Amino acid sequence: MSSSIPNSTDLSTSHSRTGLGRLQVFLGYAAGVGKTYRMLEEAQQLKRQGKDVVVGYFESHGRKDTIGRTAGLEMIPTKTISYRGVMLQEMDTEAILKRRPAICVVDELAHTNVPGSERCKRWEDVQVLLDLGIDVMTNMNIQHLESLNDHIFHITGVRVRETVPDWLVKSASDVVMVDATTEALMNRLKRGVIYTPEKAQRALENFFKESTLVSLRELALRQAAHELDVRGATEIAEGGTDISPASSVEEKEIRDRILIYVTPDPSSAMVIRRGRRMADYLGADCFAVSVLAPRGDHRTDERVDAVETHLNFARNLHIEARILEGNDPAETIVDFARRNRITQILLSRPKHRTWGLLLGTDMIPRIVRNAKDIRVIVLAERRRQHQPSAI
Amino acid sequence: MRKASPQRPTPEQLLAQIELEERRARRGRLKVFLGYAGGVGKSFQMLDEARRRRQRGEDVIVCALQPEYPPEVQAIVQKLEAIPTLKIGDSEAIDVDAVIRRHPQVALIDGLAYQNPPGSPNAYRWQDVHQLLDAGISIVTTINLQYLEKLQDEVERITGNRASCTIPTGFLDRTADEIVVVDAPAKDGLWREPLPGERFSALAEAHKLSRLRELALLAAASVVDRQLESYLRSHGMDQPWGVQERILVCVGSRANAAQMLESGRRNADRFQGEFYAIYVQESALSSQEQEVLKRNLDHARELGAQVEIRSGFDNAEAILKFAKQAGITQIFVGHSTRHGVHTRIWGTLVERLIRSAEGIDVVVYPQ
Repeated sequence: MSSSIPNSTDLSTSHSRTGLGRLQVFLGYAAGVGKTYRMLEEAQQLKRQGKDVVVGYFESHGRKDTIGRTAGLEMIPTKTISYRGVMLQEMDTEAILKRRPAICVVDELAHTNVPGSERCKRWEDVQVLLDLGIDVMTNMNIQHLESLNDHIFHITGVRVRETVPDWLVKSASDVVMVDATTEALMNRLKRGVIYTPEKAQRALENFFKESTLVSLRELALRQAAHELDVRGATEIAEGGTDISPASSVEEKEIRDRILIYVTPDPSSAMVIRRGRRMADYLGADCFAVSVLAPRGDHRTDERVDAVETHLNFARNLHIEARILEGNDPAETIVDFARRNRITQILLSRPKHRTWGLLLGTDMIPRIVRNAKDIRVIVLAERRRQHQPSAI
Repeated sequence: MRKASPQRPTPEQLLAQIELEERRARRGRLKVFLGYAGGVGKSFQMLDEARRRRQRGEDVIVCALQPEYPPEVQAIVQKLEAIPTLKIGDSEAIDVDAVIRRHPQVALIDGLAYQNPPGSPNAYRWQDVHQLLDAGISIVTTINLQYLEKLQDEVERITGNRASCTIPTGFLDRTADEIVVVDAPAKDGLWREPLPGERFSALAEAHKLSRLRELALLAAASVVDRQLESYLRSHGMDQPWGVQERILVCVGSRANAAQMLESGRRNADRFQGEFYAIYVQESALSSQEQEVLKRNLDHARELGAQVEIRSGFDNAEAILKFAKQAGITQIFVGHSTRHGVHTRIWGTLVERLIRSAEGIDVVVYPQ
């Protein structure tokens, strides 16, 4: 079985735009920080400057102030879709394409479309608009970023289902932080501006705890700063100008290549997300591999299925992924890493209780010993916060 | 900045905290809109908030404005009550006495970094703000990044300029109750095509602005991080939640740790995290080992690491104890490529760290 990974970086590190249109993302840290309001305000300003801007999708949540911001903007009517007897409103991408505005406002990028829609996710609709040269303004919360999914779970205790792939956000021309103090946000929630009373109560028990909100806010601010950092580096590279002497010449030479070791264990999803994030931060190439015994040996269908699921997940995050065959995973992995000039191997820390008890637990020490000149990173599941006794 | 060993507050700290809170309860609250340049919309956001506060029935007045506004901002200004400033020659000052007499709930000050005209009771506008807060009036104000004293060096590195009138570091760190960052691409930056001859200068300008923008976001993030820390402490929790990466490099006396330290520094920078180095004392070092150790520790300090020297019979335990106290998220440790006793000792340390560092990543670094 061939196991070499091509050197090309076009798959895993495509920071270029997905289409012809430019994408602007308004990033918030919770519902109610004012993403939609701010985005519409921006759209109003563009309209005053004579730009051809339309609203492709707008979710009012019954917020009066926000609805007020749409006054005078051209709204593309939504499409009504019936699903299990309920009439639901979705963005009418085809109608927007027919109208062909210069700039289109699309609320809630992380939204999942009703089953039976042309495309599964709203971000896929946005891609269609971008591909046809329409500039798009959209918004999302920090918890919707795919690679942060585990981190968010640790902070909030909530597993967010609607996510946006990191590469799409990376492809945006600009990411704008929409900030608000946590205090203002809690007040808005209590005044009933954000949710209906029942929903507000539930929110107070989950996301809307002060400690949680403060953590999410810090995370969003740092992410927004990071997005600027990445763009700064690319701009310099593309412009060929030497604006900042501290630019990435020396870093280019020692460009990292990260190898994610995938197993059937559920913690593999965490390792994949962290690896993706690390690769983005370090500007590194990123690969995912799993080692299975040759057919017939200890190979069970469940193991193959679990591994395939994880590898497909990696592929969705634009990580090149493959299965290797071998009887000794530690040896196969290190051998593969060496042949492909990998600089860092990522794997997950074995669960505390099973340490030393299960077959093959000497995997990590053996990888570490064999790897010698390659860095080995043993990732820990970051612990959930302990809950404060009273808030 | 988080201290190296955050611990439960002492009674003195608790008392100071309580006094601070009581003083704050009597004082007005200070909210700051922080922007990275002119024209990013600080005034609009502040005044628009004032408009909404008035709609909800709060008593909001304006005490200082910018000389000029775009029409949509002007429209809001016109609907707000204002107390005229005192005009002295070309410059103006907030009429502090008049504001205190009127005693609104909230006073708006658009632009904090002003020097008052000569002969004014307070030399700087931020001193006026202290006086108003003491009088129990809440203040909402705007600040541009380049006027913050503590960021002067960094701003100068980016723009080549230093501001003449700055706001002292303590003002934002201790006086401000809330900070909101106003973020936006530079004026028209995103949707405007550069003119033909403009590309290079436009790119350079855009680059500068985006560095400033990044600085503003990070300044706000560090204020928020302090907020989180004091919240955790006041609720008796000292387990940080790992929003910020905290990197710990283990150095020893046997191998040159330069590469590992540099890589740790680079990681800390990339993640905008904090950087620590630790050495657990060993007995009977040879002169050569002492030399290696000294070089490692010097190098760590040069790279800006907070260096911890611990004693302990069991190095893995000492490292983990510190790591838990400081909320470390990644431990860097070297594995020797040499054989013999050393390999066994280092191998043991590495394995024990991997086994016991619950919730912390272990990065095993070739040496």
